[in-house]
Amino acid sequence: MSAAAVDQLRPDSGASPAPDEPIVPRKVSLARRMYRFRWLYLMLIPGAAYFVIFKYAPMYGITIAFQDYLPFLGFRGSPWVGFEHFQELFASPDFGRLMANTLILALLHAVFAFPAPIIVALLLNEVRLQVLKRSVQSLIYIPHFLSWTIVASLTYLLFAMDTGAITHLMNSIFGANFDFLSDPHWFRPLIILQTLWKSTGWGTIIYLAALAGVDENLYEAARIDGANRWKQTWHITLPAIRSTVVIMAILMTGNLLDSGFEQIYLMTNSLNRDVADVFDTYVYYIGITQGQYSYSTAVGLFKAVVGIILIFGSNWLARRLGQTGLF
Amino acid sequence: MTTSDPAPRSARTTETSTGLAIGDQRKPQQKIKSRRIRRSVSGTIFDSLNYLILIGLALITVLPFLYVIAGSFAGEAEITSRPFFIWPHKFVMSSYNYIFSTNAFLRSLIVTIGVTVVGTAVQVAMTFLMAYPLSRRELPGRNLILNLIIFTMVFGGGMIPTFLIVKALGLLDNYAALFLPAAINAFYLVIAKNFFQELPEELQEAARIDGCTELGVFTRIVLPLSKPILATFALFYAVGIWNDFMSPLLYISSPSKWTLQMFVRQVTVSADVANVTGQVDPDWVPPAQGIKFATVVIATVPILLFYPFLQKHFAKGVLIGSVKG
Repeated sequence: MSAAAVDQLRPDSGASPAPDEPIVPRKVSLARRMYRFRWLYLMLIPGAAYFVIFKYAPMYGITIAFQDYLPFLGFRGSPWVGFEHFQELFASPDFGRLMANTLILALLHAVFAFPAPIIVALLLNEVRLQVLKRSVQSLIYIPHFLSWTIVASLTYLLFAMDTGAITHLMNSIFGANFDFLSDPHWFRPLIILQTLWKSTGWGTIIYLAALAGVDENLYEAARIDGANRWKQTWHITLPAIRSTVVIMAILMTGNLLDSGFEQIYLMTNSLNRDVADVFDTYVYYIGITQGQYSYSTAVGLFKAVVGIILIFGSNWLARRLGQTGLF
Repeated sequence: MTTSDPAPRSARTTETSTGLAIGDQRKPQQKIKSRRIRRSVSGTIFDSLNYLILIGLALITVLPFLYVIAGSFAGEAEITSRPFFIWPHKFVMSSYNYIFSTNAFLRSLIVTIGVTVVGTAVQVAMTFLMAYPLSRRELPGRNLILNLIIFTMVFGGGMIPTFLIVKALGLLDNYAALFLPAAINAFYLVIAKNFFQELPEELQEAARIDGCTELGVFTRIVLPLSKPILATFALFYAVGIWNDFMSPLLYISSPSKWTLQMFVRQVTVSADVANVTGQVDPDWVPPAQGIKFATVVIATVPILLFYPFLQKHFAKGVLIGSVKG
């Protein structure tokens, strides 16, 4: 069958013209075109229903941030109160603490967790022994697939006051009695340590892919010009992954206020509350356990809006600095 | 897969060296060797340091596991007296015997396996069923739907409104709440859609000409060609459900419906061994520490069993996603 004939039978080439019908219909009516695709629309229904119910209905549900939501009155019936909950949030003594905790964790992530995969990827890239490289890679990916519950459990087992292996070790080195899990001073270091342990290896994938794309000829040219390995790294490898780094940085900014609910929640206890409470967990405590739906929705909305501003802001900044942005 | 393993430096060196040695084609091998030795000193120091750092990283990653696995096979006395070990003096099964004799643990294990199997099937089916129509460029309204989906990747309703929807649907304390609210991952959906678009058009055309309905084209042509990606997403989703802690925390209130992650947390983080196991035998003290080790091991084993597959497929997924978004 010729290509033209096949084309005739394609649904999008219009109605397959019956012999007695004039071949006019360049524009088949929308209804007819849609009827032709009825099976496809039928297949779309479950997915569409999912997005409407579990994605768009909650977006509409955000309106309760501006209401005094009462469950028996629902989204539509509850009385409107305007920005009252937001004012309450900004005036609340919790606000400063939440903001500080969230921002400090975000900053620590930016300083420690963001560059770690880049450094490890650069180190891995210099390994000429393929066996070593492969095995190190396979091993450091593993924690990515474990749940935060497991990571928290390992932390508890290793850092527990009397029985933890690392606590034992630290006690014998420094001759002090460490109490990692309930001393608030250790909360942030532990969180960063967990993040580094869980996600550094996995984070290297994207950078290794970028490094694989570097043109070999550049290295050869540099070597002819007398560049040593360090200079090759500085002048070729690093510039080559710059755009990947920028994109990852933009993505990170968007999640800056996402402290990671599961991780923080699992590491929070009554003794470290003061430094542990972040927007994510606060929404849970206030909303789910105390039932203040409207107020906690307002807190969540505030966080989401700041996050969106941050991602667009950093994208704008990246483009101003002459880098390719995300959008 | 070449992308996650950048071209080896060794290959690079060999190639270029041979290139340079064009004038002396008789003994290129020797040339390479001498070049390599000459670059030593600083290079060797760097290499050895680099290897040490990377091996150190690998050890830091693995040692906690080895400790937990060793601890789960060690006696209670050994766990409390020895600070760190990766090989118990004496292998005992008491921790495993104990937790497998408790109803709470067994129930959570069965619930988790059941929810993971059913949930994965539902999620994969819904994702693929939606991805296929969206892969057809000529479908009216396709771009609108795609944009509406991509928007949900940027913005969402948040925890409380989602919770209220789940509650309004009567899904609280229902196992369905553990997979339905996350039934379609927009990111996976887009990847699947892109994959379908790459499939050879001719096969589908031929089937249509032979009188196949769209549903038939999907089930008989598209799905059989999509086995690799089907397996990949099944793994994606299964790991997601298995590891999920937030959904059971939010939506499941009765402890009898707890998943393994909830159980692990109760035992290890809250150290609430007695409450969970509900053992009321005054003559026998449960191996409190050993139980913690054993639960962690059991919650991790399935992931480690599937790990070789996971690593391969997930890495590919990450890269596809990063390139085609």
